[in-house]
Amino acid sequence: MSTVTQSILYLDGVSVSFDGFKALRSLSLTLEPGEMRAIIGPNGAGKTTMMDVITGKTRCDEGDVLFDKGSVDLTRFDEAAIAEIGIGRKFQKPTVFESHTVADNVLLALKGDRGPFSALFGARNRIAAETIDRYLTIVRLIDHRARLAGDLSHGQKQWLEIAMLLAQDPKLLLIDEPVAGMTDAETEATADLLKEINKDHSVIVVEHDMGFVRALGCRVTCLHEGSVLAEGSIDAVAGNERVVEVYLGR
Amino acid sequence: MITARFIRLMEGRGLLFLAIVAAVGVLIPACNLLIPPGSPLHISTGTMVLIGKYLCYAMFAIALDLVWGYCGILSLGHGAFFALGGYAMGMYLMRQIGSRGVYGNPILPDFMVFLNYKELPITWWGFQHFPYAMLMVLLVPGLLAFVFGWLAFRSRVTGVYLSIITQAMTYALWLSFFRNDMGFGGNNGLTDFKDILGFNVQAQGTRAGLFVATCVALILTFVIARLIVASTYGKVLVSIRDAESRTRFLGYRVEHHKLLVWVVSAMMAGVAGALYVPQVGIINPSEFHPANSIEAVVWVAIGGRGTLVGAALGAVVVNYLKTIFTSGWLAAYWLFALGGLFVLVTLAMPKGLIGVWEDVRSRLKSRKAVADSKAASGQAPT
Ligand SMILES: Nc1ncnc2c1ncn2[C@@H]1O[C@H](COP(=O)(O)OP(=O)(O)OP(=O)(O)O)[C@@H](O)[C@H]1O
Ligand SMILES: [Mg+2]
Repeated sequence: MSTVTQSILYLDGVSVSFDGFKALRSLSLTLEPGEMRAIIGPNGAGKTTMMDVITGKTRCDEGDVLFDKGSVDLTRFDEAAIAEIGIGRKFQKPTVFESHTVADNVLLALKGDRGPFSALFGARNRIAAETIDRYLTIVRLIDHRARLAGDLSHGQKQWLEIAMLLAQDPKLLLIDEPVAGMTDAETEATADLLKEINKDHSVIVVEHDMGFVRALGCRVTCLHEGSVLAEGSIDAVAGNERVVEVYLGR
Repeated sequence: MITARFIRLMEGRGLLFLAIVAAVGVLIPACNLLIPPGSPLHISTGTMVLIGKYLCYAMFAIALDLVWGYCGILSLGHGAFFALGGYAMGMYLMRQIGSRGVYGNPILPDFMVFLNYKELPITWWGFQHFPYAMLMVLLVPGLLAFVFGWLAFRSRVTGVYLSIITQAMTYALWLSFFRNDMGFGGNNGLTDFKDILGFNVQAQGTRAGLFVATCVALILTFVIARLIVASTYGKVLVSIRDAESRTRFLGYRVEHHKLLVWVVSAMMAGVAGALYVPQVGIINPSEFHPANSIEAVVWVAIGGRGTLVGAALGAVVVNYLKTIFTSGWLAAYWLFALGGLFVLVTLAMPKGLIGVWEDVRSRLKSRKAVADSKAASGQAPT
């Protein structure tokens, strides 16, 4: 039980099936507070499905999904409630609000009351504007603050989503393939950014780019066919016979 | 300070719209009442009533644009809210008739006497009081929208499915209101109105007053709608329209946000219906007809969805065309013309009339900028 009481995220025996196809098979994973974890695994391994379960998009058939030292049973809440509890998510396919400006995207993500009336009557204040600019500076989009998010490049959208995550200020960040479509320099900058974010947030990153995962310098979990295949340091996982087998294809 | 903020919130075209409506609200009644018939500047009462009707439709279109253009809820049943507001006003007007009806019953409207009602149904209680009736103009459509929206949005019914059930809603009401035992006048509806607030509804002065009231209501509707879409709440609505599930993952309870705008929009439609009824002099179940709601969607699409001003413009332009068409031998072809117009606009001008106007304006502006820079650098084009 001690793992339950200590971990920020605790998955145990989680299974999900889609029309009989098992996307997750008795998946177990724990994350300590303040930890960063990289998740790797071939296409279809169930990485995104795992995030869907944690954020309430998909219901699991069985298993425990506990948050914040076992105090919250995530399976009982929906997406909006889980976001409010403190889990933020960046999607595999970058999804920003294309017809809003870059700054407005961050504004909508800013921590605060999410009710319609407070959005209607709440005055936008200077502090919010400064906070938005601070986050946009961190992700180097400050010069693009007035542009429409739809006009950004793929990589810039990825960064905008990270800025939105920062603005949400969740306890746990789930980041699905953040460097897809980025140049090497951008990838490197993203790794630094995530390490910076990890100083005061717990983070789970899904990524195929091994160079990037290595740069993160954190524990790695490899998923395969819906359950954990290997877990440990990047060298240990990358050297694992079964991992090599799975990646090369028997 | 506040004026500057207001001007910014209304946007340029919004201010132009408000100015036009205000001018129309003053000039048309003035030309009707103060300028003698025979003068070329005189506007007949019939024309004034017709324009008043268009302006009610404009209000209705703004309400529809608020939910469709900004929140992506394609309502094919918004006419139900318009009609319910109209019925609430109609009930007030019926009760003002009093003993002047054909049967001379001081309490029961004629159709109830005819159908052998012994006493006034509970649904009609209080409607002799104008403030109560006006409250119902807002509350009845608002309540229906609340119940409908609460059920639909909570179960995450979206897209085509939602459109279909909105259509089913107005269809069900259409059938119900035809029935005599509903107690709302059945097939014939409510008509033969006499007074509103003690003034004869047929009198020229009253008609001018109703026209002014319509302009004021249109201005208020527009200002409220514009304040909504310019607020952070308006940005949340657009986010829901463009990426509903993403909005949820940011922690927004999408169903609550949709519900609020849906109810506000229904109330606006109700007010539009309430102003429409005393001007046209009748309300009957045909106002619930599903085709009415679909026509309103076409107005908004033609004028320019998600712009408010465009919706109002579309309502006026299309209904003006409808008046021309349906008053001659072309009448039989009106639905084809409307359908054709809709297809033409969706294909050739996806942003509607307002989009064309914005394009022309920006093209003129850039041409002028080019001309200016050429003049400034003193180079003659080769
Ligand atoms: N909603 C769904 N309905 C049916 N099958 C699904 C659904 N979502 C995921 N799957 C299936 O579940 C499996 C796991 O998918 P998932 O998206 O979690 O993989 P992934 O590890 O994120 O892969 P990738 O690296 O390609 O992103 C896949 O075979 C996928 O086709
Ligand atoms: Mg994936």
